[in-house]
Amino acid sequence: MKALRMFNRSLRDSIKSVVRNLSLSTAAITCSSITLIILAVAMILSYNVKNITSNLEKELTIVTYIKESGTEEQITQLKEKLNEMPNIEKYEYKSKEEWKLEIKNFSDTYSSALDYLENNPLLNSITVTVKDVKDLKITSEEIKKFDFIESVDYGEGMAEKLISAFDIIEKITIVIVGALVVVTAFLIGNTIKLTIFSRKNEIEIMRLVGATNIRVRLPFIFEGIILGIIGSIIPMIVSIYGYVMIYDHFHGYIFSQIITLVKPFNFILYIAGILVVLGAVIGMIGSSRAVRKYLKI
Amino acid sequence: MRLIEVKNCYKVYQNGVTAIADLNVTIDKGEFVFIIGASGSGKSTLIKMLYREEKPTNGSVIVGGINVAKLRNSKVYKLRRKLGIVFQDFKLLPKLTVYENVAFALESIGLNGREIRNKVLKALESVGLKEKIRSFPNQLSGGEQQRACIARAIVNDPKLLICDEPTGNLDPDISKEIVNILKKINEEAGTTIIMATHDREIVNEMQKRVLQIENGVLVRDEQKGSYKVHESTPNV
Ligand SMILES: Nc1ncnc2c1ncn2[C@@H]1O[C@H](COP(=O)(O)OP(=O)(O)OP(=O)(O)O)[C@@H](O)[C@H]1O
Ligand SMILES: [Mg+2]
Repeated sequence: MKALRMFNRSLRDSIKSVVRNLSLSTAAITCSSITLIILAVAMILSYNVKNITSNLEKELTIVTYIKESGTEEQITQLKEKLNEMPNIEKYEYKSKEEWKLEIKNFSDTYSSALDYLENNPLLNSITVTVKDVKDLKITSEEIKKFDFIESVDYGEGMAEKLISAFDIIEKITIVIVGALVVVTAFLIGNTIKLTIFSRKNEIEIMRLVGATNIRVRLPFIFEGIILGIIGSIIPMIVSIYGYVMIYDHFHGYIFSQIITLVKPFNFILYIAGILVVLGAVIGMIGSSRAVRKYLKI
Repeated sequence: MRLIEVKNCYKVYQNGVTAIADLNVTIDKGEFVFIIGASGSGKSTLIKMLYREEKPTNGSVIVGGINVAKLRNSKVYKLRRKLGIVFQDFKLLPKLTVYENVAFALESIGLNGREIRNKVLKALESVGLKEKIRSFPNQLSGGEQQRACIARAIVNDPKLLICDEPTGNLDPDISKEIVNILKKINEEAGTTIIMATHDREIVNEMQKRVLQIENGVLVRDEQKGSYKVHESTPNV
């Protein structure tokens, strides 16, 4: 009961204070809005990039063709080697007869051409899926070392480059967002600092009459949280409407089926939820810092 | 019954000034005590130690069973709820009415609305300020402001009322009025009152216990004392 009353009064005090220091509050709210919008864009981008990357990764395989002269033992030897290699997720053996069947099903023209030949001109193969696409090249070089390998075929760099570019973009975004979070927390902290100063007399009297430390501090903590939450409203609206619009505009994918966007629902609602929570947390960090620094009790 | 016990108490400020030196005194419940002494003698310092605005450098200060020297910051509120404090400069909040100023104290310690209303009205009545509850501090005379301040100090029925020069800013007539209110509180509620003052007329008229401090040392502790200037110090 008493705790609830303290909660209510602290909340009331902090709302009053936000309204009373309107220009200052507005500055802090604007700053946290900007930060959270950038954060939202970064989160939406990076989640989509992750999605695209993992789609790409699924497509990326090393196809190893075994020489016509390759024996059963040699194929077993290669399989054993693949079992030992750390970066191998799985592999699949496909004999030349299976290839032939597959091609026949795929096209009549090829099929008749193949029928025309006496010997099967195709090669036995092993298709390897790797764990980490970044090491695709190293792994394929390793496989190539066997002299019974005719050729090794993989994405030849294009996909890898794309993925590592995404990697760098992600790291840069993290740094920028981190910096913005710090700036926002600082600005909210500064707002709280000024409210603390403007309410010095009130604080002094509260302490003299025997208010607990929590009772003195809580309104300021709440004020920071309120500023952060108000700051997250516009970013939430912008990211929900913005993303749905973009998704509809591209009909869900860009360039090709591999580069698809994440479906807006419930994805964008999670993002919105994260924004409110982050706003509140940033506000709390900022105000706690200010309270600790300027409200020594 | 003993309310305050100060034992071998020293207070040395950061800048090296010794404001209180080896002070020993005990005060019982229900007493009315004046603290007198020249300016800078250490009256306010002694008073500040009673409500833990300052900590003794050495020795002990025990108020209502709480050892102030050992009291942690987070527990200071427990001491403060047992006492009321009145200052020379009132410290009323200018944007709140008289009623709100007094209620503010109770809100700060978490009482509910009904309790607050009853107590505030009772306190304002006992200082004779009931007709002014909707006035703001700047609409009141000095004496009325000090009465509001006293109401705020006694609103939670403290055992101890500490006053640091409560009449320092007031005319002699108004000062008497204020001291009479304190006397009434002392007599009717049994509240222990400690009052630092320079007002010789009041001290002489009241005939209460007098503690005289000079240069941080307690030089006189007299029941039914009067305002005398200590031989070793120049006149105040
Ligand atoms: N916060 C402080 N830091 C350093 N020295 C202080 C501090 N407060 C008081 N003093 C010094 O301690 C001594 C006692 O001061 P105190 O305020 O207790 O005197 P007082 O008796 O209340 O004087 P007055 O009658 O003028 O109010 C003085 O020499 C003063 O300068
Ligand atoms: Mg003083």
